[in-house]
Amino acid sequence: MDNRDSFRHNVLTSGHRACSGCGEAMAARMVSDLIGPDAIYINATGCLQVFTTHNQQSAWQAPWIHSVFANAAAVASGVEAALRIKGKSTPVVVQAGDGGTFDIGLQCLSGMIERGHDVLFVCYDNEAYMNTGVQRSGSTPHAVRTSTSPPGQFSQGKKEIKKDVISIIAAHNMPYAATATIAYFPDLKAKVEKAMRIKGPRFLQILSPCPLGWVHDSALSVSVARLAVETGLFPLVELEHGELTGVMRLAEQKPVEEYLRPQGRFKHLFANKAGAVELRHLQALADARIHRYGLLDADTQWDTETAMQSERNGRGGYWEEREHG
Amino acid sequence: MCQPQVVAAYPITPQTHIIERLAQHVADGELKAEFINAESEFGAASIVLGAVAAGARSFTATASQGLLLMTEVLYNIAGLRLPVVMVCANRAVGAPINIFSDHQDSMSVRDAGWVQLYVETNQEAVDTLIQAYRIAEACGLPVMVCMDGFLLTHTFEPVDLPTQAMVDNFLPSFQFSRTLDPTRPMTLGGASEADNFQEYRAAQQSAMEDAAPVIEAFDAEFNEQFGRSHGGLLQPYQLDGAETVLLGMGSLMGAVCDVVDKLRDQGQAVGALRLRCFRPFPVQALVEHLGGAKRIIVLEKAISIGAGGIVAAELRAALHQAGIMTPVESVIGGLGGRDLTPDVIEALFQESSINEVGTTFQFAPDHVSLPQKNMEATNNG
Ligand code: SF4
Repeated sequence: MDNRDSFRHNVLTSGHRACSGCGEAMAARMVSDLIGPDAIYINATGCLQVFTTHNQQSAWQAPWIHSVFANAAAVASGVEAALRIKGKSTPVVVQAGDGGTFDIGLQCLSGMIERGHDVLFVCYDNEAYMNTGVQRSGSTPHAVRTSTSPPGQFSQGKKEIKKDVISIIAAHNMPYAATATIAYFPDLKAKVEKAMRIKGPRFLQILSPCPLGWVHDSALSVSVARLAVETGLFPLVELEHGELTGVMRLAEQKPVEEYLRPQGRFKHLFANKAGAVELRHLQALADARIHRYGLLDADTQWDTETAMQSERNGRGGYWEEREHG
Repeated sequence: MCQPQVVAAYPITPQTHIIERLAQHVADGELKAEFINAESEFGAASIVLGAVAAGARSFTATASQGLLLMTEVLYNIAGLRLPVVMVCANRAVGAPINIFSDHQDSMSVRDAGWVQLYVETNQEAVDTLIQAYRIAEACGLPVMVCMDGFLLTHTFEPVDLPTQAMVDNFLPSFQFSRTLDPTRPMTLGGASEADNFQEYRAAQQSAMEDAAPVIEAFDAEFNEQFGRSHGGLLQPYQLDGAETVLLGMGSLMGAVCDVVDKLRDQGQAVGALRLRCFRPFPVQALVEHLGGAKRIIVLEKAISIGAGGIVAAELRAALHQAGIMTPVESVIGGLGGRDLTPDVIEALFQESSINEVGTTFQFAPDHVSLPQKNMEATNNG
């Protein structure tokens, strides 16, 4: 018998069908191992659901249910209400991708939070609809190539910027909302454990690189996630009742190019002048986030006012083109 | 009465005072349940889905647009074989938006895998809900109790409420064998492909077929314990020797029976048959009751646009399969709350509404002089 994993809960066992290097699989394994099998897991439709429950096989060693794409938070509300009336305190955990969180699932999620259900909602954010073949979502960052935001003569990828979902969630007077990635396990662990100690609705947004959709080497998933944090594009923050209560500060800021280069989804930005403009926009967006969350002691080396304007505009810097006619 | 532990709903006319009253019962401590005013009907259906999967008897109610917004979840509840019970306060579906009663909403989700019971009176609504939980939990199927909006939901009539002890005696407490429970971890709702998907559907179909005798048996048992029967699958009225049979669903059958009485007094061999259970479609029972009829008129309050009467089409198929070639006259009426008065119903009997070749149905006249009333006026009315 193979005992290498016997110290773990193995709520999500190996042998599932995720792509190699799948950030979502790593994140789900970390989260479910931290929470353990004594919980009820509700999954939205998406890669995680598909690759763990294929055709009468299941990789879950905990009670697990999938209903439809949009309703995971509402199903969890019902599960939690049932447990409450029966006097049970089994933790209830939702797992969803960014589509099931930012877009199609947002209404049910908002309802679940507003009603105060004692549920942890975990979003494995891989910034597009990977399960259906890499289409843009509300989470897809500015200038990314997806199959429905392709670069072309009149396009440099997705026009809009990534939806600021953590602020939307926090604005619900949310007891606890935090971002994390697979690259900083101690940080992720602390946040999962903290979330499990808090009663009421809780939310974790975990950046989970997808080698297939991001077009990077599958061995680089963890380092790509780390670069997202180090460049300031994906700040690690904690918000309690709408107030910022924690950030992971940066010793120094890395230029966004270091994050963008290994990923084929940004490749077109390095091909021509129009792409170079978008690179500046992306840098500005990183600067804006660093400024907003105070990730560095000093202001960034890039012009912060331009950066803030770029974000305020909400379209990743398209204001600039308009201004210049 | 049925002691649901989780009630989740989103307000929609004409369902609202069902859930308002339940909210009050919970607020007053008369019902020990979690009451959840959801963010949408889609959410409400999903909440009861989760609650039943976690082992709590649950209830929701909706109508019209709300039922259609639930559609995806309705299929899912049925596919997961969760015994959810809901009331559909039957209402028209827009556009044009219309809050009044017809059966378009529930008929539109007839293929979702829910048992559908259409009630005639408020007493039957009460009694059928008690039966519905028993049916749902025994058969592993969700049950929709369909009651006409306004005609029933907003009508006051004396109702005999059974005692809690009687209900408890009839309806055992909910024990769900596939509960989400860490001591017995199970995966519900995993992916399926071509090699077994059809088997899931076949299992639903056979559970639905098996439900028909269960519905009859529970109605009979209910009758023994409460002294009231609602017919199980079908409720015949004056069918003995009836050459013409008027068939329909829901509250309109009260007026139909009055017309039957009047015509019987005039010596006409006419009877009525109320289709109480539309899903499972009681083919066998229909054939037994209608085999001797010479003329069948189906009056229904929904239309499959582009095809015509839904009940009539299914009835024709059932009779045809049994080798019975009695013509089925298909009439659609009462849409969007239009009155189906005894005069109109009598006119259907008096004027032959045999559908001409090339048509399968006609709309009901909105007054007695059917021949003078052209279709255009009916449509624009
Ligand atoms: S497509 Fe992406 S998210 Fe989906 S399994 Fe593959 S790597 Fe993971």
